[in-house]
Amino acid sequence: MKVTLWGTRGSLASPGPDTVRYGGNTSCVSVEGPEGTLLVLDAGTGIRVLGKSISSGLKSVHILLTHLHMDHLQGLPFFEPLRIPGVEVHIWGPASTTQNLEARLMRYLSPPLFPVRVRDLLSELHFHEVSANTMRIGEFCVTAQLIIHPNPTVGYRIWTSHAAIAYLPDHEPALGADDFPHSKEWTSGYALAQEVDVLIHDSQYTTDEYQTRRGFGHSSIIHTLLFAGLVGAKELVPFHHDPAHNDDVLDQLITQGIEAVQPSFPVTPGKEGLTINIG
Amino acid sequence: MPQQEIEVILARHLAEHLAMPIFIVNPTGDLLYYNEPAEVVLGFHFDETGPMPAKEWATVFQPVDPSGQPLLPDDLPLVIATTHRYPAHKNFWIKGMDGALRQIEVTAFPLIGQADRFLGAIAIFWEVPA
Repeated sequence: MKVTLWGTRGSLASPGPDTVRYGGNTSCVSVEGPEGTLLVLDAGTGIRVLGKSISSGLKSVHILLTHLHMDHLQGLPFFEPLRIPGVEVHIWGPASTTQNLEARLMRYLSPPLFPVRVRDLLSELHFHEVSANTMRIGEFCVTAQLIIHPNPTVGYRIWTSHAAIAYLPDHEPALGADDFPHSKEWTSGYALAQEVDVLIHDSQYTTDEYQTRRGFGHSSIIHTLLFAGLVGAKELVPFHHDPAHNDDVLDQLITQGIEAVQPSFPVTPGKEGLTINIG
Repeated sequence: MPQQEIEVILARHLAEHLAMPIFIVNPTGDLLYYNEPAEVVLGFHFDETGPMPAKEWATVFQPVDPSGQPLLPDDLPLVIATTHRYPAHKNFWIKGMDGALRQIEVTAFPLIGQADRFLGAIAIFWEVPA
């Protein structure tokens, strides 16, 4: 499978000369299978560029939303295939006890927040709710599971017989766990990320920043490295960078994290445009 | 051991930070976790015992009503919350591992996760001052 990062930023898009290497677009990752199935993980602002890169012969695409916070949703109406008649667009996202997925998406895709409504999109839309499911999408198996982050949020494990990745862009497994990482059994996200080839994981904060932002739903780089070690990930991609962190700060944050934890696996900084071929 | 459901993990984290004795059981009543204040009541440390099957941990207490009559398991709040999936509250007496008789109030409620997943139950104990 081919994994490409189209947006690696968390919380707020942050374009500018200080963020050109890591990128300023918010969360979006594409996963292409050997048989042509296209999965899009989250619809942050990075999805706009992905949409422009897709060939005109596209028949269907699956957008897997981890949750509905704006930095994972803002690019959705700018995704080109949504405006092409006849293209099947499947949108998967976490279930809620109050409204269905389509109704919750319509809160953004309607005036006064946005001029275009869901019903105005020309593609053939299908909505699917997930909370703790494993589903088959083309050549992929996809497992969704709730993880620790405010409001219903899932992480995804995507695998074939040859490779597996886990995508947990917004995740605070250390919340409330004073002795993190405590144990596999009691760690959020463990089942999703166990022994994956590539783990794409939230690493928004420095250790000092985390102290004042507990409960915001994100991880420090140290927590991310420890989590990756606990689950036995073969490669870690730190992701969901804080908008206040420029390229130099991110270089330093990741380097210092690696020096502190000394991981046994490679760490590939999550940069916009990065492509990883697995399996 | 498979990973616990996220709601159960969060419940444990909350219990770890509260001063009230709290027990968390899975859908079949097996004790998944009890916090430090509950260790005082039980006479065990969680780090030593780990999870306990329902049959094992339920016999640790000797619950009796105010007249000293043994309570049937089906009358216990945690059993009601687990088997009938609705909340229950009761005032009764227990004898812990230290042999002391304690009057307690117990509130138990089922844990229902997203998509109506039944995940077990939580019981909170309050010791009634003598």
